[in-house]
Amino acid sequence: MFQDLQSQFLGSTIGGLVAGSIYALIALGYTMVYGVLRLINFAHSEIFMIGTMTSLFILITIAPAAPFTIISMIGILVLLIVASALVSGGSAIVLEQVAYRPLRKKGATRLAALISAIGASLFLQELFALIVIPDVFGKSGRVQQSAPRFIPHEELFRIGNGVVRTDHVFVIIGAVIVMVVLDQLVRRTRIGRGIRATAQDPEAAVLMGVSIDRIVRITFLLGGAMAGVAAALFVMEYENTDYRIGFLLGIKAFTAAVLGGIGNLRGALLGGIVLGLVENWSSIFLGSAWKDVTAFVILVLVLMFRPTGILGESLQRARV
Amino acid sequence: MKGDEVVDGNESPARRGFHPIDGTRDWWADAPQWQRYGVYLLVIVFALILPAPWIGSFMSPDSDWTTVLIFPIGTYILLAVGLNIVVGHAGMLDLGYVAFFAIGAYTWASIGTKYGWSFWPTVVLGIFLASVSGVILGAPTLRLRGDYLAIVTLGFGEIVRITANNTDAIGGARGITNVPHPEPLFGMEFFLDPAPYYYLMLFAIVLVVVFSIRLNKSRVGRAWAAIREDEDAAELMGVPTFKFKLLAFAIGAMIGGFAGTIYASKAVFVEPNNFPFILSATILAAVVLGGAGNLPGVILGAFVVAWLPERFRDFADYRIFVFGAVLVLMMALRPEGILPSRQRKAELREGTGGMGAMGAEVAGPDSEASAEVTK
Repeated sequence: MFQDLQSQFLGSTIGGLVAGSIYALIALGYTMVYGVLRLINFAHSEIFMIGTMTSLFILITIAPAAPFTIISMIGILVLLIVASALVSGGSAIVLEQVAYRPLRKKGATRLAALISAIGASLFLQELFALIVIPDVFGKSGRVQQSAPRFIPHEELFRIGNGVVRTDHVFVIIGAVIVMVVLDQLVRRTRIGRGIRATAQDPEAAVLMGVSIDRIVRITFLLGGAMAGVAAALFVMEYENTDYRIGFLLGIKAFTAAVLGGIGNLRGALLGGIVLGLVENWSSIFLGSAWKDVTAFVILVLVLMFRPTGILGESLQRARV
Repeated sequence: MKGDEVVDGNESPARRGFHPIDGTRDWWADAPQWQRYGVYLLVIVFALILPAPWIGSFMSPDSDWTTVLIFPIGTYILLAVGLNIVVGHAGMLDLGYVAFFAIGAYTWASIGTKYGWSFWPTVVLGIFLASVSGVILGAPTLRLRGDYLAIVTLGFGEIVRITANNTDAIGGARGITNVPHPEPLFGMEFFLDPAPYYYLMLFAIVLVVVFSIRLNKSRVGRAWAAIREDEDAAELMGVPTFKFKLLAFAIGAMIGGFAGTIYASKAVFVEPNNFPFILSATILAAVVLGGAGNLPGVILGAFVVAWLPERFRDFADYRIFVFGAVLVLMMALRPEGILPSRQRKAELREGTGGMGAMGAEVAGPDSEASAEVTK
């Protein structure tokens, strides 16, 4: 047992950081929407799935022709990130228009909105399984789709027993850049101020001239775009996806958001990393089959002692 | 019974104008005792003749109607009535309800195959184990509220499923095969013929419905209503909120476990994939679609959610697709459900109706939502 720990610890740590960065990026979407609307955007996991499909489509179309040079690799990665972010962000806006806005206008309960979200989630999954995947990729929608490799998974350097590969570096650097940009956007820009004001008190925000509908739309756009970035990095790292990929990742990401304190952007980052690390460490002892159970047990434990997550909520407190 | 309809000044029956559903409900609210019992009798007679083939040929032309009545319809109704206690009455959001169903099913499947116990005492054990697991989950987590509770229960549902998947003692991913049928009862043989199972299921539903109604009209039900409307105010007024929330959770779990044991005895084969998250979501959808808190609505919702995919088996591939779209559409058109609870409707008008409005909704009060997490 101790030897396992010694030989696998650093490797698991690296794997945990990579998985954690992706959880954190998805968690940002949950946390922003929750901060503004007080709503678990259950269909956010499908926004992520749409992002992975976009990346997969681009990769299948262009990657085989591209040479393995550093410029082309980074070029393709940036293309994937931008395209997935745009498609996912756009889908998130459509989702908000169709599934949430009518309920919001009626002043419906959050329970109704949650059911609407679950409905939208099922609809999108089946849309891809039945129509989009067979049409676009020409394969059965129910099987796993694999993506071609365009960034070599080569050893760069070692830390003790842990191997750091090129793809690990790309994921972590990509995630950090995007998160810093979002954090600064929310803290420093006019749009960010509007988001924070709405999260704090929608009625007062309206009186101060904030257009709530616009802010909600921007929140969904930004959250969806983050999921799109996560999707591009996910496809690059794990090289597969399927129509249900969003479910477990979505739950994990939401867990991460709650762990860090939902509504809190930096909390989402922390929660994602903590969840990724703990999950990977625990699988040294328990085997990877129990990884998902650990994630939920951790969640229950943290919430028992800190009911608002590690950093506490919320978006409105993210003041400059 | 008459006094508990909430009718405020602007909503007296005379002023409301005629509406087919509302009209029936007004009549029901004022109906004398003998008329009510007449309706109960009609409903029970209807339920008894429901498996008749001439009804089945219309209701489910592509599969055996009596079997469809047991699963999914009867099972969904039983589960929805149980979940309604947690969500509709006590106002707690439970996304892992299927865990208790699984615990009930696994109790009978493993005890029946390994130790050869009789089914009838095992039902009681299944109900007991489900309620114990409800208390084990509820005791540490019920001071969480709303969405935090939702995600923890969702996690619990997944923990139970993954644990079943990884535990070889209960068959692991392969599940348990050859689950025995119940022993004969009052001369009814439980074997291949689905009819006895249907009557067993019917009996279970009637039992649970009566239990649920009596409970909701008791002091316990009023405590739940208080908690649902405003937990802090209820606590200040001396309602031991934690105790009553735990009670609601445990009772909901009991009913889930009950449904699970019956299901396992009919299904013959139990595996972890029978208990996915989507089943929890479907049952919750049934409760909300029908009208959370209103028992006839909840039963109607469960029936619709269970029956529609069976009726339209021609579109078998597309049924989840359509189901998702219908959920979105229904929530946009009638966010309170098909037959909303009048009591909750009145609460909704004056406030947040327990679940809280969405944020960024200028028309609705947001105070409850933000107060929720600051505690």
